[in-house]
Amino acid sequence: MTLADLKRGQQGIIIDVSSIHIPLKLLEMGCLPGNTVELVQVAPFADPMYLNINGSHLAIRKETASHIIIETAHE
Amino acid sequence: MSKQINVALIGNPNTGKTSVFNALTGLNQKVGNYPGITVEKKEGICKLPRGVKAHIIDLPGTYSLNASSLDENVVIELLLNKTDKDYPDLAIVVSDVENLKRNLLLFTQIKDLQIPTILVINMSDRMAYKGISLDIDYLEQELNTKIALISTRKNKGIQELKELITHYKELSTESCLNASSIDEAYFDNLRKAFPNQLLYKLWLVITQDVNFGKTDRKTFEAVEDFKTKSKTDLKRLQQKETIKRYQFINETLKKGQTIDLKTAKDLRIKLDRILTHKVWGYLIFGAILLLIFQAIYDWSSIPMDFIDSSFASLSEWVKNTLPEGAFTNLLAEGIISGLGGVVIFIPQIAFLFLFISILEESGYMSRVVFLMDRIMRRFGLSGKSVVPLISGTACAIPAIMATRNIESWKERLITILVTPFTTCSARLPVYLIIIALVIPEGRFFGFISYQALTLMLLYLIGFGAAVGSAWILNKILKFNNKSFFVVEMPNYKLPLFKNVVLTVLEKTKAFVFGAGKIILAISIVLWFLASYGPGDNFNKAESIVTEQFASENLSEDELSQKIESHKLEHSFIGIAGHTIEPAIRPLGYDWKIGIAIVSSFAAREVFVGTLATIYSVGSDEEETIKNRMAGEVNPILGGPLFNFASGISLLLFYAFAMQCMSTLAIVKKETNSWKWPMYQLVIMSAFAYIVALVAYQVLK
Repeated sequence: MTLADLKRGQQGIIIDVSSIHIPLKLLEMGCLPGNTVELVQVAPFADPMYLNINGSHLAIRKETASHIIIETAHE
Repeated sequence: MSKQINVALIGNPNTGKTSVFNALTGLNQKVGNYPGITVEKKEGICKLPRGVKAHIIDLPGTYSLNASSLDENVVIELLLNKTDKDYPDLAIVVSDVENLKRNLLLFTQIKDLQIPTILVINMSDRMAYKGISLDIDYLEQELNTKIALISTRKNKGIQELKELITHYKELSTESCLNASSIDEAYFDNLRKAFPNQLLYKLWLVITQDVNFGKTDRKTFEAVEDFKTKSKTDLKRLQQKETIKRYQFINETLKKGQTIDLKTAKDLRIKLDRILTHKVWGYLIFGAILLLIFQAIYDWSSIPMDFIDSSFASLSEWVKNTLPEGAFTNLLAEGIISGLGGVVIFIPQIAFLFLFISILEESGYMSRVVFLMDRIMRRFGLSGKSVVPLISGTACAIPAIMATRNIESWKERLITILVTPFTTCSARLPVYLIIIALVIPEGRFFGFISYQALTLMLLYLIGFGAAVGSAWILNKILKFNNKSFFVVEMPNYKLPLFKNVVLTVLEKTKAFVFGAGKIILAISIVLWFLASYGPGDNFNKAESIVTEQFASENLSEDELSQKIESHKLEHSFIGIAGHTIEPAIRPLGYDWKIGIAIVSSFAAREVFVGTLATIYSVGSDEEETIKNRMAGEVNPILGGPLFNFASGISLLLFYAFAMQCMSTLAIVKKETNSWKWPMYQLVIMSAFAYIVALVAYQVLK
């Protein structure tokens, strides 16, 4: 699944980041494989998404989120 | 002997870097631009113990040395260029205590440049609240640096920081980790090819496409071994580098930092639950907007009226005190009124930036961006365009200045280009007088007045034009830079009074000395054109008019008004009005309205004042002008000149036309070229003309 599928309040672990579509800036803010990510809040239409990645709080657009592969913590 | 140390302040956005800058320099700061670009350059002087002075540059906030915006480029270019006069003897990396991990990424990169570096950990007052404790000695040792634990809010640790700056020569310039291990072979080659250069610098030049000295990317491409890496490979390497650095940082913080989550309290979650809520979030934002409007419209009218009357009496005083002549007239009517035209905007600009800086400092602005992004994106705008568009209903000038935090150049440019469509307060006097003339006084269902409804429609039309043209521009404009949207959601904090005041001062100054100069210059030109004219008709106006009305026994006042009116008709600007008459007649206007349109190019509200002079009513009392205008007869068709058709045509013309040189001046400043303001002027005026033409021809 991708980060775009995460539900509000749910947590996941980042598995892979498709480098062509993801700005380096996002990686530098902590969006790296192995880090935990939590969906804190969504705006109407579930876009943008307000995330907590490893202690960094940031908002990204759903389109960007769909290029980040994750795995939910409890499966 | 006093020597000066060059210090560069570097850090992530939202770390309180500017607070550190303010704490070190106080009022000894100045804000300029980097040459050729609109990125702000903030510098100041800090007095250190023992007579040493530090020249401090507050570099734009950045998350790393991999630049993705103009602002961030500035940081790299300075740090790579040893010959720059501002090249730092010392770098201070400012981090906040809660995001130490992310901030250390930038720190390790700076260390690789072998510049002496101090790590400042700000907001230390929040450590207990967040359950964070730090092993400073351990961190200093691992990171090869000195750490200053400070709190700008509580004013703690600043003296210790100044001490550290004084002893900058004792700092280590060793890296904290060996980043080149991500691809040993590649970096070995690089080292062999350029033995005299710093390895990390070379790497930055290769990946960033920035220049330093005479070495740029082309130098590398000439060398055989470096052609082999494609852009994608380089990007992959950059990713590896980032991961490598985070590994080091995680290891270090595992021992150097402990966070006790049990004692950590989080206000963020509670506030976010309300402020970013699907319903409450928008309602609260609406309420805040209402407050800002109230301040800009209502509260600022008090100082504005005061400024207006002060400049009027100053001009009057100069006229009465100095000997009569061309110079006195220039001073009283050209320069002083022109200055008044600049100063009058200060209250609105100050109020707007007071609110904006409070909203930004508190962390709320990011939530607005989050809430609005989806809606604005449909029109090629960004969540960050909301503030400028709303501010535009007060005045386009501060609004355009407020677009600076939009990272994507395309989204920023579109915002700048469409903002002047929103109904600014200068259109209001024009709207009010024309609505009063041509819209009947009746009410819908005895409740909503037609006049109020018309005014509301005009606001909606303005906003619609802004959004609609944004949509079109989004389709037309092609830019290569890929836009992306990453917004940090910082913690909520109480704004620091000092920071807010300094921001307001700085923005106001930027307006007065930037756009103000151009406004003043054009006002003087317009004054000249209205006060001088060719030929006898202008120069002998007095005797012509006196003769003409000799039989009518006019009072002295009435006569001098007739003379003024005659002079204006035959001045350069009057001739311009006559010249454009054929072009504006299809819109239902005569040459008098033509003059008002030409002169109101300075600022829309001048329209009413100019008509007052042309109709020689002497006072610009609204009722008097209105009655006089109602009596004007159309020279060709007969009947009143201001009828429903020409009135609506005029309203629409003012709704769309770019009748504001101050806005053009600020657009020039913000886009750094005359190209965009000229496009704006031509396209908006053409559109206004066509709409007004169609409206008049249909309604006539």
